[in-house]
Amino acid sequence: MSAKKETFFQSLWNFFCSLKLTIITLILLAVTSIIGTVIQQNRPAAEYIQQYGESTYRFFLSFQLTDMYHSWWFLALLVLFCINLTACSIKRFPHVWKSVRQPLLVADETQFRLSANADELLVDAPPARVRDQVADFLGGRFAAPTLTEREGRLHFYAQKAPWARLGVYVTHLSILVIFIGAIIGNLWGFKAYVNIAEGTEESRVWPQNGGAPIELGFAVRCDDFEVTYYDGSNRPKEFMSILDIVDQGQEVVSDRKIIVNDPITYKGITFYQSSYGPAGDPTVQMRVKPSSGGEPLEISARQGEQVALPGGYSFAVTGFTPSYNQFGPAVQMHLNTPEGKHGNPFIVLQNFPDFDARRGGEFAFALLGFSQPQFTGLQVKKDPGVWVVWLGCTLLVLGSLVAFFLSHRRIWVSIEEQGGRSRVRLCGSAHRNQPAFELYFDQFKKDLRQQLAPSAEGGRDGGK
Amino acid sequence: MTSSMLFNATTIAYFASMVLFVVFIAGRSKAVALIATLAAWAGFAANTGAIALRWIESKNMGYGHAPLSNLYESVVFFAWSILLIYLLFDLKYKQRSVGAFVLPFAFLGMTWAQLRLNDAIEPLVPALQSNWLTYHVITCFIGYAAFAMACGVSIMYLVKVGKEEKLPENSPAGGILGMFPSAKILDDLNYKAIMVGFPMLTLGIITGAAWANYAWGTYWSWDPKETWSLIVWFIYAAFLHARFTRGWVGRKAAYLSIFGFAATLFCYLGVNLVLSGLHSYGG
Repeated sequence: MSAKKETFFQSLWNFFCSLKLTIITLILLAVTSIIGTVIQQNRPAAEYIQQYGESTYRFFLSFQLTDMYHSWWFLALLVLFCINLTACSIKRFPHVWKSVRQPLLVADETQFRLSANADELLVDAPPARVRDQVADFLGGRFAAPTLTEREGRLHFYAQKAPWARLGVYVTHLSILVIFIGAIIGNLWGFKAYVNIAEGTEESRVWPQNGGAPIELGFAVRCDDFEVTYYDGSNRPKEFMSILDIVDQGQEVVSDRKIIVNDPITYKGITFYQSSYGPAGDPTVQMRVKPSSGGEPLEISARQGEQVALPGGYSFAVTGFTPSYNQFGPAVQMHLNTPEGKHGNPFIVLQNFPDFDARRGGEFAFALLGFSQPQFTGLQVKKDPGVWVVWLGCTLLVLGSLVAFFLSHRRIWVSIEEQGGRSRVRLCGSAHRNQPAFELYFDQFKKDLRQQLAPSAEGGRDGGK
Repeated sequence: MTSSMLFNATTIAYFASMVLFVVFIAGRSKAVALIATLAAWAGFAANTGAIALRWIESKNMGYGHAPLSNLYESVVFFAWSILLIYLLFDLKYKQRSVGAFVLPFAFLGMTWAQLRLNDAIEPLVPALQSNWLTYHVITCFIGYAAFAMACGVSIMYLVKVGKEEKLPENSPAGGILGMFPSAKILDDLNYKAIMVGFPMLTLGIITGAAWANYAWGTYWSWDPKETWSLIVWFIYAAFLHARFTRGWVGRKAAYLSIFGFAATLFCYLGVNLVLSGLHSYGG
């Protein structure tokens, strides 16, 4: 190994450890993220060409701007971000661990001289008495102190929340954990959808980004699907599927109701209610009453089906709507004569059962009811990494709360005898949020002065 | 009494409080500051009552969802959150003049909501029928409100430092600056507010992700709103890192804080009004 090579690695290491890199990466991530909120992502090519023109679209493609959050350069930024926070943590952690495990019990001269938070005073009392006062004051106001005697001087050390220093490392780690969870989900999970008609079952689902269907290894059956609307409107209030799960011939889940915001999970695969639609033609129940008299008939007919009536007549339902203007469910139908001649189409409304008699045809029709088979649209997801992501999120919140609201604060006090009086020096530091600590320390030193020598004249007024 | 009457009272109280705080800064009367603070408390109480009443009204209409579901409701809740954060800071730090720079955000929000936004109580689409909506909105808005507070304090800081530099050295700041907290305290308040806002925004993003995962099966889909919340997160993360270790205090921190709040506002409003995506029904 040549010295030159080592310098290269050294400078590379320093580059990855630098906080400037962190700030630049964060700002770059923020700025580049805007692109994907302005250019719609993952749309068909034609849409981009129509909106931006062909040459701009080609420019987009060369930088993967139509799927920028998965582009090589955005992923590279994220990787850089991760390397940076790992390197920063590795570089700083041992030092921090040491300051937590083996605190500096004795402050040296330079610390008292150079610290931004320092004070010095002479007290008209012997060190032995001052010692007890200082110990009481520190213990009562701040934290229980440790006393060290060295070279005839008394050194107090007191600290608060030393483990607060670990909060930032937990936070950094949590971000890596979230990324790991996301990667696990991408590698071993899938996102797909499936439409299941009422009364049928499916054992395959279709990936959202295309590709071959995925075999679930079990089947999902849709027993029933229902939509309810807010009164007097077409706004859906709720849509709901009743599902069964059939695994190796056994019905392992029966009649499970799922709605939007309430999915079902089986064997790590989750099914979300996401859409619905009509599946196949509706079936209508009709009551048919011959105008010549006689017993009315109740007949059920599928849309499009020719249904025979007495006397060689037949009818067919050609259209159905659950809501005809404001009048509710209606069918469009026509009657055929025994000679096979098409009659004119007419409308029969469910809410007005006697209305059709006024038409004066050979038969009077009434619509009794209908059933419209629906399919339920389910989103299907498997994400084995999601628990890792939630773990990371929990650590992120806990870690950042510790990092922001707790700071490792330390105060040193030294007492030495000086011509029958006591020379008291103190200094303090906080590992973060110095401005707040300055305010705290200003008050602390004033109160300590008050405590030790109400009229003492300080050697270093103001501490600065 | 109806919720809209109480919302009117809220707006009037915030306006009164804002004006009185300005009078206090100009006239330096402690009594005025006290009345201004009481007006802020009264407005906050009316705001709270109005939101509660609107909830009851929605229940009586047969919907019964927390009033956090459209732009009108979110803006009045934003005003409420700003007051919550402001009053908590006032209780702790007792820097009365800050009110003159924070109350305007709440007042402008209330005025905008009442004059321009649709206040009809409407049924929820199925996607919003979840308790997660409440957790998500509350955490996000308390975060936003803390950033609004930080922005107000930062403007004060820049005004103060800008004026002081024009004065001869060591002369005590006179005029309207006399009632301002010291630059050190303003800088500290800026940091403190962001320190409250950042974890709340983090929680807001996480509850949003948890909800999306529960309802749709994806905790993150780079929807414009999600992405903008992350952009805001990146900005404040940069602020905190810059400050922690490079000593970015004072003027630069104040500018970054104002910039961060501008991004927050875009995330909250701009995304709904300009861009499209999952949260568009929220507007």
